[in-house]
Amino acid sequence: MTTTLTSHRSRPPAQPPTLRARRLPKWLPPAIALGALLVAAAIVYGAGIGGPVLVVVVGALLYLAGLFAAAHAVEGRRSARNRTWSALIHSAFVLAVLPLASVVWTLFSKGLGRFDANFFLTSMNNIGARDPEGGAYHAIIGTLIQVGIAALITIPIGILCAIYIVEYGRGRFAFAIRFFVDVMTGIPSIVSGLFVLAFWVLVVSPYFSSTGRPGFSGFAAALALSVLMLPTVVRSTEEMLRLVPAPLREGAYALGVPKWKTILRVVLPTALPGIVTGVMLSIARAAGETAPVLLVAGGGAAINFNPFENNQSSLALFVYQQAGDASRYAPARAWTAALTLVALVLVLTIAAKLLARRNRLGR
Amino acid sequence: MAKRIDATNVTAYYGAFKAIENINITVEPKTVTALIGPSGCGKSTFLRSINRMHEVLPAARVEGSLTIDGQDIYDRDVDVTAVRRMIGMVFQRPNPFPTMSIYENVVAGLRLNGVRKKSLLDEAAEKALRSANLWDEVKDRLGKPGAGLSGGQQQRLCIARTIAVEPQVVLMDEPCSALDPISTLAIEDLMFQLKDKFTIIIVTHNMQQAARVSDRTAFFSIEKTGDPGRLIEYDNTQRIFSNPSQKKTEDYITGRFG
Repeated sequence: MTTTLTSHRSRPPAQPPTLRARRLPKWLPPAIALGALLVAAAIVYGAGIGGPVLVVVVGALLYLAGLFAAAHAVEGRRSARNRTWSALIHSAFVLAVLPLASVVWTLFSKGLGRFDANFFLTSMNNIGARDPEGGAYHAIIGTLIQVGIAALITIPIGILCAIYIVEYGRGRFAFAIRFFVDVMTGIPSIVSGLFVLAFWVLVVSPYFSSTGRPGFSGFAAALALSVLMLPTVVRSTEEMLRLVPAPLREGAYALGVPKWKTILRVVLPTALPGIVTGVMLSIARAAGETAPVLLVAGGGAAINFNPFENNQSSLALFVYQQAGDASRYAPARAWTAALTLVALVLVLTIAAKLLARRNRLGR
Repeated sequence: MAKRIDATNVTAYYGAFKAIENINITVEPKTVTALIGPSGCGKSTFLRSINRMHEVLPAARVEGSLTIDGQDIYDRDVDVTAVRRMIGMVFQRPNPFPTMSIYENVVAGLRLNGVRKKSLLDEAAEKALRSANLWDEVKDRLGKPGAGLSGGQQQRLCIARTIAVEPQVVLMDEPCSALDPISTLAIEDLMFQLKDKFTIIIVTHNMQQAARVSDRTAFFSIEKTGDPGRLIEYDNTQRIFSNPSQKKTEDYITGRFG
């Protein structure tokens, strides 16, 4: 180490005589891009090997090469590398956004066709294969009720569990809880559905139903969704609580504030925005689940406001069923329901974030 | 108001590690006592054991007896929150609650301990902020976040927060180490005023500060890394800095060690 250090010191890097360096003119990179696209188009269409997508891909590669060459000639090696890597990073960003933009575009272009009052105000009851009407009112109701109940179950349990792990848990028991929460994170949704089917629908629900027989219900779906949501809520809340600096807790303790009140009034408010994000992620995941709802709520065409009795549908299940339906009007319903689902989750997320921000002080 | 503190054979552990051993100190009411010594000698540990903040850390424990006006604060029947309300603490880094406004920060201790009445809270907030020499700077923006103040103001805000619950003793753990000289001066001035009402114990690495603000000084030291910290000398500040009885103290104060 010492020898390299001294040898460095004995030969200081040559100082450039001036801070100014030659730069590529501003118009050159766009010009190179245009030229690369034209050349690519000429190659691709000339050889007849592909369409516009290939033109863009080949053009991008040509652009990278051209940019590197031009920058190398004018600005030198370091600049050329810098420009090439910047271009690569920007392309990576575009590649990452492309699928998202494509999904949004597809949803809107195909979903807006049935985005009408009839869709939101009617169910699929008595809608035959030849009827162009029919809507997702029952499915929207189902999603809201099921996800709502699941959230009511999960949020308190999840947050309390995370508080236990972070603030109170010591030793093996806390470790075991953390471990099992981790295991739960990996449960496939179909397994959670099967569990609720075997446990709730077949064994417990007969005691509650008016007929005394086992039956599907929206509540069972909510239970299955809770199993899926719980680990996400616990883990994200746990991470957020751990981020709250220890001096804040000590500051409150030093004022003679009891521990539970410190957690409630100092720690939780500080971590709230992050907790809300985690909860919304879990809600978004639950709202998109199809398999458990199909298994334990059964789906259905009619409106059912009662989560405790009879079949209930949900938006995700509605999409699944309509997408597989033979009617030529069904695909349009499926797309609109998918658009509705995304919009619903988006609106909920924005609302929750605004609510969480209102609690924080304006900076 | 202010109370007297007696420490007898106080020994504190972090798990198996003994951080301080057999500390014996008597702190008189309405005085400023400075704890000085090299890093790792247990000054902060001792300070934190005075208001039972030491035990907040996992596996940390304290032996020996610590009394405030004769009451043992480590007695089994003692409510730890009551101890901390009586013995307030200011930390090294200002730690205002980020979700609270300046006003809410000051009254946090009262409000979280059940005081609801707005007039009482307003009165306490103004009194505490005036005592902390912060009122004039913040009276027009009490609703703004406490984290938006400068470092020195934040520290005075934390002092205001501490004295708003009207403790008898105020512990300060290097309260000026993260502050510039002007803010430090403001806080030292403040200590002179607070001395009329509170017993103050301050940990500091700055010996000039100890000499300026304190009446009595306790010098802590360790033999070598891994050994527990011990109290080497405890005397009037003037005597410690002019004519210490221990060689170690003299070495530390003259800068020959530590």
